[in-house]
Amino acid sequence: MAMADVLERLGYQLDFPEKQTCCGQPAFNSGYRDEARAVARHFLDAFEGDAPIVIPSGSCASMVAHHFAELFAQEPETLARVHALEKRVWEFSAFLTEVARVEDVGARFEDIVTFHDGCHSLREMGIREGPRRLLSHVKGLELRELEPAEECCGFGGTFAVKFGELSGAMARSKVDAIVRTGAHTVVSLDPSCLMQIRGALSRQGSNIRTMHLAEVLASR
Amino acid sequence: MTTEMHRHIHETLGDARLQDAVLTATGRLKASRIAAVAPDVLPDYQELRTQAHALKKHAIENLDAYLEQFERNLEAHGGKAVYCKDAAEVADFILGLARERGARLIVKSKSMLTEEIDLNERLEKHGLESVETDLGEYILQLAHERPYHLVAPALHKTRYDVAEIFSARLGVPHEIVIEKQTATARAVLREKFLAADIGISGANFLVADSGAVVLVENEGNARLSTSAPKIHIAIAGIEKIIPRAQDLATFLKLLARSATGQWLSVYTSFLSGPRRAGEIDGPEEFYVVLVDNGRTRLLADPGRRQSLHCIRCGACLNTCPVYRRIGGYSFPWVYSGPIGSVLTPQFMGTAHAPGLPFASSLCGACAEVCPVKIDLPKLLLELRSDVKEADKSEGRGRWERLAFRLFAWLMRHPRLYEMAGKMAPMFAPSGKGGWIRSVPGLMNFPPIKAWTDERDLPPPPAKSFRETWRRR
Repeated sequence: MAMADVLERLGYQLDFPEKQTCCGQPAFNSGYRDEARAVARHFLDAFEGDAPIVIPSGSCASMVAHHFAELFAQEPETLARVHALEKRVWEFSAFLTEVARVEDVGARFEDIVTFHDGCHSLREMGIREGPRRLLSHVKGLELRELEPAEECCGFGGTFAVKFGELSGAMARSKVDAIVRTGAHTVVSLDPSCLMQIRGALSRQGSNIRTMHLAEVLASR
Repeated sequence: MTTEMHRHIHETLGDARLQDAVLTATGRLKASRIAAVAPDVLPDYQELRTQAHALKKHAIENLDAYLEQFERNLEAHGGKAVYCKDAAEVADFILGLARERGARLIVKSKSMLTEEIDLNERLEKHGLESVETDLGEYILQLAHERPYHLVAPALHKTRYDVAEIFSARLGVPHEIVIEKQTATARAVLREKFLAADIGISGANFLVADSGAVVLVENEGNARLSTSAPKIHIAIAGIEKIIPRAQDLATFLKLLARSATGQWLSVYTSFLSGPRRAGEIDGPEEFYVVLVDNGRTRLLADPGRRQSLHCIRCGACLNTCPVYRRIGGYSFPWVYSGPIGSVLTPQFMGTAHAPGLPFASSLCGACAEVCPVKIDLPKLLLELRSDVKEADKSEGRGRWERLAFRLFAWLMRHPRLYEMAGKMAPMFAPSGKGGWIRSVPGLMNFPPIKAWTDERDLPPPPAKSFRETWRRR
């Protein structure tokens, strides 16, 4: 809902196609390509049209923008639909900085914040500076960089449960890095990273909050 | 499912000293690599990667022609090319040659291919002594362990471990000063170099247009192994071919920087044939053993054959958050880290370790640092699909497949999807709306248990997004 608030404040008219469900990434990343293809087909149907599609997750956006094409490599007609869809898909922060071309959305959020780069946002979508620029314009917000900034939180979809112990160890390293910054809030573009990080923070009894970038930008 | 790999991971994660050794050593290599490819010291780094990828792709796609060219040029210099299909053929060739020449002692420089084919064991079984001369490999040979890492094989061994190994195996006093340990190894190995009948090396590159074997190293042991004994045998996978000597300008700029952060390694040797008239050193006989061992099978698939681009720099290991925590021995075969997860199922078959391609969060850090731009996450995803296809045809993993079928079905039925969302709070423990430590009734359900053993679960939202959206 925070994403919708920010976009409406910028003057965009929003539609939420009720047919939508999932991009199919869980099945795709787990090796079930037929199942992923079926869900991807549903996604294509749910998002017919030509309006830009704004997604509050770099990972889901990347699935649609980069991996749908792999799923339909053998189906020229569907592939053409996929290529048309790819051009309409935007991760939330990238939509703000590249389409809406705003950096100051008029938000106020008084806190010390650190930013976690989701791997798919960072490496598959090439999103790095945009969210930082957006945060730098939020009044009252102090951004502190993670060290190391670009290391995975260890979520990885079904990896988190197939190799739970390892995934947990990766999450704890991430939590340690977050604690070292002295920030009170961790911000990311990806709800799944935030679930992993918050789950590990909560297990340690930490009161550091996790928030999606949209929630910070919607604050005033 | 708990596998052998899970057990190794559990042990490694629980070993504080090992965690510290591996994280520190890989961290150092990682930081050095980053510094060595920084824009101010190597402005054309990305162009070099693109070039290296294109060169490897071209070489692999024209492997037959370049192998023939390599062989012609090698033999023009008096060397000899020997083609071997597999491990047994390599061992047979070396054993046959050793028998003819009456050879007993072999000195060896570092070669992952010889690890791949268990060469030392095969030779020792027939009474030959084969001594590793790379310091790390030597330590591991004494400890009867396999390489932990592509480039730094004994990366997991601290100086204290080495002191134990040396005193137990060599009978020398317990000594923890690294320089003194090195001097001990040097003294032992020097005698071996002088007495050896055969020197075996690997090859970093086989240069088609000059018939040369290029070796990259830091210790000088490869130089000695290939020049002191009367016979030098270089053993290389057929994918090591590059078209031209000038291509080394690209590869050598990338290899050492990616591996250790050095701009160049201490020694780079170009070997093209045995000693010629008038030369003061070099072997009398020079063989290059070109090994397939499964590589031609990978060549058959245009999408997968990029796995053969690897120049074994180890950058993907050093940067991988998984490798850095679970270390080399959690991987089921000689190749570890991201490239190991890609090579092992393709060389050994997916059944060898079906969990392996799944042991990755798909963070993509490996692809970002690969100097020849192998798309490792894409290959892992394809191998995951291979594993599930094999499971399907052989009737394994029924429950998981059923779960994903159900998932796909539910995701095509938005109303049922919404209803399922509404039902979720019924399963969640009621209460303060805080994060959930364990789910009563589902505590032993594997995916739930795997999550809640390590982390808390978010409480399901009281109201769905759809409901809120409709009401505004």
